[in-house]
Amino acid sequence: MASRDTWTKKDLTGIEELSPAEIGAIFRQADKFLPALAPGKGLDLMKGRTVVNLFLEPSTRTRTAFEISAKKLGAEVVSINTTASSLVKGETLRDTAMNICAMGVDAIVMRHSSAGSARYLGGVLDISVVNAGDGAHEHPTQALLDAYTLRRKFGDVKGLKVTILGDILFSRVARSNILCLSKLGAQVTLAGPATLVPASLKEAYPQVRLAHDLRTALTGADAVMLLRIQHERQTTTHFPSLGEYTSQFGLNAERAAWLKPDAIVMHPGPINRGVEVESEVADGPRSVILEQVTNGVAVRMAVLHLCTGALRR
Amino acid sequence: MKASNSKPLRILGARVIDPASGRDERKGELCIVDGRFAERLSPAQAREAVTVKADGLVVAPGFVDLCCRLGEPGRSARETVRTGTLAAAAGGFTTMVAMPDSLPAADNVGTVQLLREICAREAAVRVLPAGTLTKGHEGEALAPLGSLRKAGVAAVTDTVSGVQNNEIMRRALEYAAMFGLVVLDHCQDSSMTEGAQMHEGAWSLRLGLRGWPRAAEEIVVSSDCALAALTRARIHLQHLSSGGSAEIVRQAKARGLPVTAEVSALHLLLTDASLAGYDTRLKLNPPLREERDRLALIAALVDGTLDAVSSDHSPCTATEKDCEFDQAPFGAASLETAFAAAHEAVVVDGHAPLPVLIKRLTCGPARVLGLEAGTLAAGAAADFTLLDPAAKWKPAAGGLLSKSGNDPLVGRTLHGRVRATYVDGRKVFGD
Repeated sequence: MASRDTWTKKDLTGIEELSPAEIGAIFRQADKFLPALAPGKGLDLMKGRTVVNLFLEPSTRTRTAFEISAKKLGAEVVSINTTASSLVKGETLRDTAMNICAMGVDAIVMRHSSAGSARYLGGVLDISVVNAGDGAHEHPTQALLDAYTLRRKFGDVKGLKVTILGDILFSRVARSNILCLSKLGAQVTLAGPATLVPASLKEAYPQVRLAHDLRTALTGADAVMLLRIQHERQTTTHFPSLGEYTSQFGLNAERAAWLKPDAIVMHPGPINRGVEVESEVADGPRSVILEQVTNGVAVRMAVLHLCTGALRR
Repeated sequence: MKASNSKPLRILGARVIDPASGRDERKGELCIVDGRFAERLSPAQAREAVTVKADGLVVAPGFVDLCCRLGEPGRSARETVRTGTLAAAAGGFTTMVAMPDSLPAADNVGTVQLLREICAREAAVRVLPAGTLTKGHEGEALAPLGSLRKAGVAAVTDTVSGVQNNEIMRRALEYAAMFGLVVLDHCQDSSMTEGAQMHEGAWSLRLGLRGWPRAAEEIVVSSDCALAALTRARIHLQHLSSGGSAEIVRQAKARGLPVTAEVSALHLLLTDASLAGYDTRLKLNPPLREERDRLALIAALVDGTLDAVSSDHSPCTATEKDCEFDQAPFGAASLETAFAAAHEAVVVDGHAPLPVLIKRLTCGPARVLGLEAGTLAAGAAADFTLLDPAAKWKPAAGGLLSKSGNDPLVGRTLHGRVRATYVDGRKVFGD
């Protein structure tokens, strides 16, 4: 297939490592797989291959999407759900992964609470490693499916104004999206409370715009990506309460009107209705939240196909 | 150390640099009789003397390290006194202050005595144990400082635990001063560094690692200076990492406060940008910071704000470092490359001539603790090192003497190399 010519990587550990051409190759491959998502239309491109989902942090959505993606390609899937701390006592990540490899596996899809862990594992293993989220570092398939959704909606990502709203500081989704959208030529605005959108983000990503005022952040935007807001241990000193967050940064219909008329509302899920987004917006005409989920399967099929294919060649 | 009964020794042809006396001779002569430096050899001594030709080399006092870890007791998988002091000798160091965070901690006379016994048997260079400031370096109850002093500790410190409570720190300073003990403080406000993995800045944001702000160090540097003003007790600030910290020390010294400070060699050479690949060998405490911090630290070292360069040698096993970044322990092995790192950063890059750096490696740290070390003066113990500033070399994995492999400079071309090291006039490293 044509798109394979620009894809040589056995791993997908982050958007940072990808060129715009490689991102394009994933999109073209996803275009081919999208029809296979209809019920009864599975493929057999990975027949006889085994994918292990090694999820060391709780996840339902991403794990399910990866399981379905692999199964749509005809692969066998084994999912391991645990937490890194409850892995067999004292066993290192290297040992866990080497044991899985020794069972004759073609790819490991890993979610892990440690930033950099996917890159580490990719360096340790000869088989494909796909990052399904490493700490606060990257969540590359989420960013790819988001950009793919924008591309399908607007034809091209280049020149779009995209606002990412919420907990940027601790979000791997935000990091991967900043990188992916910038590589594809979109203008990114990061918005939220100053404690979660620190000024130093501008040093890390000089190309982005920062906004601590919602109206400024939304006016003229083609798309807004909402991030899940959690008021748990790591963010208790970062904003006073969920109610305060909603009053300042929650997206409702009135505020969504500040967006461009044909702008879309995105969310990686799971959504907190009434916190970062009101139902009237989440279920409204601007929302593409469920299309993101569907596109996510096609994009993950493309990633699994290209990475394991690179290894076979 | 045993008294030397070896033949007189004469080092000829080397550039002799002794910052303690201001001596800097292009081709000087260094004489050693009975393990001590001598002005000259008598005719009889000259006849039996062994001559070392050292043309093209520099002879300097043996380096004094205010912060290292030698593994024992309790951490011998990482390092032993034998391997650690052989590594020290290979790095030009002849006097080492060993941090007390061993297992068990050196918060009691027995552990200090045990370390001294191991050292008497195994050490290739001088090892001066440090004691803890509080029991178990937990920052709560004072350790028996008077007894520790009698047992021979050179200083007291809670090392990386730090003392978080200012009232306890105040009383500890007053109490330690009674015994002439200098308190070494690792400056870290741990309420600001929970889960922190690296310097807080653009790189921590990009890498998604919890950041460790400069302020977490500067706040404690400031409070330590305030407590030095209150108590007039001697306090020494360990391995500063932030340019702002250096500025606070500069002002404190200008006010006449009894404060001294050091920087680690790696912090002079590297920045947080080197963590882009999540190399756990570069996970340090305090963390590597930005270029402007690095340059400010070099400037502070050159102008004397910082008194000493330490190795901050913190050995870890390969297994301990072979894991996810946030699960790896802090610390780097650095004894064998510390001189080369500091030499490249300070001298090769043109910030100061070699004698300035040697001062901060010898009489600078010796004066911090009032040690009779770091000098080539006649009558002093003949601890010295032969340096080849022009040498380029690349340390190889497995090619170092330290038992641990976590030296982050392995594989990098370094500038400047230690050729030989002597303690009491006896060669402890070199061909």
